[in-house]
Amino acid sequence: MAVTTMIDSPATRTAPAARRRGTFGADKLWALAFVTPYVAIFVAFVIYPIGYGLWLGSDPASYRALFGDPVYPRTVVNTLVYLLFGVNLKLLLALLLSGFFMRRGWWTKFLLLVFMLPWAMPALSSYLSINWMLNGQWGLINNLIWQVAHVDGPPWLDNSGFALGSVIYGHIWKWLPFWTLIFLAGRMAISVELYEAADVDGASRVQKFTHVTLPLMAGMYLVCTMLSTIWALGDFNAVRFISGGGPALSTHVLATLGIRNAFELGDPRLGMATVLTALPLLIPLAILLMRQLRRSEVTI
Amino acid sequence: MTARRRGRAIDRIGVTLLSVLLLVWTLLPIYNIIRVSMQEKEEVLSTSVYPIAPSSHAFSVVFHQAFWLLETFWNQMSNSFFIGVVVALLTLTIGSLTSFAISRMRIRSGWMLTNAALLTYVIPLSFLAIPFYGIMGKYGLTNNPLAVIAVEVTFATPYAIFIFQQYGASIPLELDEAARIDGASPPQIFFRIYLPLMAPALVAIGTYALLLSWNEYLYAFLLLSGGKVVTVPVTLGKFLVGDEAPWNYLMAAAIIYAIPPLLIYYGFRRKMSGGLTMGGIKG
Repeated sequence: MAVTTMIDSPATRTAPAARRRGTFGADKLWALAFVTPYVAIFVAFVIYPIGYGLWLGSDPASYRALFGDPVYPRTVVNTLVYLLFGVNLKLLLALLLSGFFMRRGWWTKFLLLVFMLPWAMPALSSYLSINWMLNGQWGLINNLIWQVAHVDGPPWLDNSGFALGSVIYGHIWKWLPFWTLIFLAGRMAISVELYEAADVDGASRVQKFTHVTLPLMAGMYLVCTMLSTIWALGDFNAVRFISGGGPALSTHVLATLGIRNAFELGDPRLGMATVLTALPLLIPLAILLMRQLRRSEVTI
Repeated sequence: MTARRRGRAIDRIGVTLLSVLLLVWTLLPIYNIIRVSMQEKEEVLSTSVYPIAPSSHAFSVVFHQAFWLLETFWNQMSNSFFIGVVVALLTLTIGSLTSFAISRMRIRSGWMLTNAALLTYVIPLSFLAIPFYGIMGKYGLTNNPLAVIAVEVTFATPYAIFIFQQYGASIPLELDEAARIDGASPPQIFFRIYLPLMAPALVAIGTYALLLSWNEYLYAFLLLSGGKVVTVPVTLGKFLVGDEAPWNYLMAAAIIYAIPPLLIYYGFRRKMSGGLTMGGIKG
């Protein structure tokens, strides 16, 4: 309060400007000192690795080797399937579920607490559990199938289609709570009056969703799709710990194949080339996202 | 009247069904990890769906580090903890200094720093792993926790800068100006006005950075090759390399490893709310 009154008096209003002019040099030095750590980090650990990575990946020979590798086309398809289904299924479910969690009452609150568990747990613990849960011989799922129907369940991780599906399942399981929470926050920001007005006009639940919620959340949904796509593109752990890239290297994605080529095969140039082939997707996404995030008020 | 009652009944059935579905979906892998951790070795390889003879054997093995992969388990836990705390402190320091300079001192090149942070934010972490490994070799930091700390601070700071700027926008600039009139220097404003008022955001981001680093696997795996510096996730990953993984030990260790983040998340959930729940863990 005292502050406001001081600002209101004309005498002090001119003072800061004068003072700012007076200590301009010192301020500039302080500002410089304040931003130096971040600039140093950015140059040493972002700019330098990007430059070095591009240099490593600039050898045409590694691209010839990469495109000649029969694992590579499979990996590209896997990556696209993973992004398409993993990201879109997850976000669609999250959007719908966020509506459910808007309900009032202790039960919904409790359910939300339980529902957040996958996000609060470390990814590694969860993915390892899912790996063993889906074991074809002794996993929980196939044991359940055996107890109920007395038939052998499918070999989830020994069949490339099922294994990729399992990875996508693991990804959705882990990240669904996070995106549901984001959409929940988005829904809460919508004014209640809009829904009340729709009620007065006799709108049904579906109509309220399609005519009020959806148009207002479309922009946010789009940003979330892009961000989630980028994060999923760089996701290493789901594939590494659920399918391990197997069976027979059939479920690798670009992120895991890059690491495999660089470290297991010991060829960093090949590994970097593998990762860099994602740039045609990554660059437009990154540019669009940077524009959107700079404009928007809400940071995710 | 009856139509409304019927509508309510349908609503109730729907809620019940969806609740059951959500609980099963969420708890299945969690049930599995607990189930396996309570089984003996022979029982792990059986068709049981629940622990027939629940035992704490696996937990006591982890506790007493009585398995060769778990020989230094508690040391690894403290490594994970140490790295997490350092990452959190550095992220808070660098993030708050930078956002103070950008939004409170209004430096002219602030937009460039914001863009730099945005750029870092939209680059997938794993894509820089290969050059990073090479660079850390050049810096002589292989098998050194500093290398992992550097990566994690680099990737946690941009998010810190966004949140601090957003949160700081609610603190009136007039406060700073008033302090200047009283002759305060920028560091004094930073320490006496900015930081105390930013406390909720600092708690949220500190937790975020701690969890990010606790959960990080790839860089720890690449940069910490062995010996006393290894963190827990690296060891958990090693279990999969052998043919006959002792899944009960692995699951017990994975549960112990999951407890601190769960406590932190559910303990700080309220402090993280108010727009700050928006913070994700970068995958």
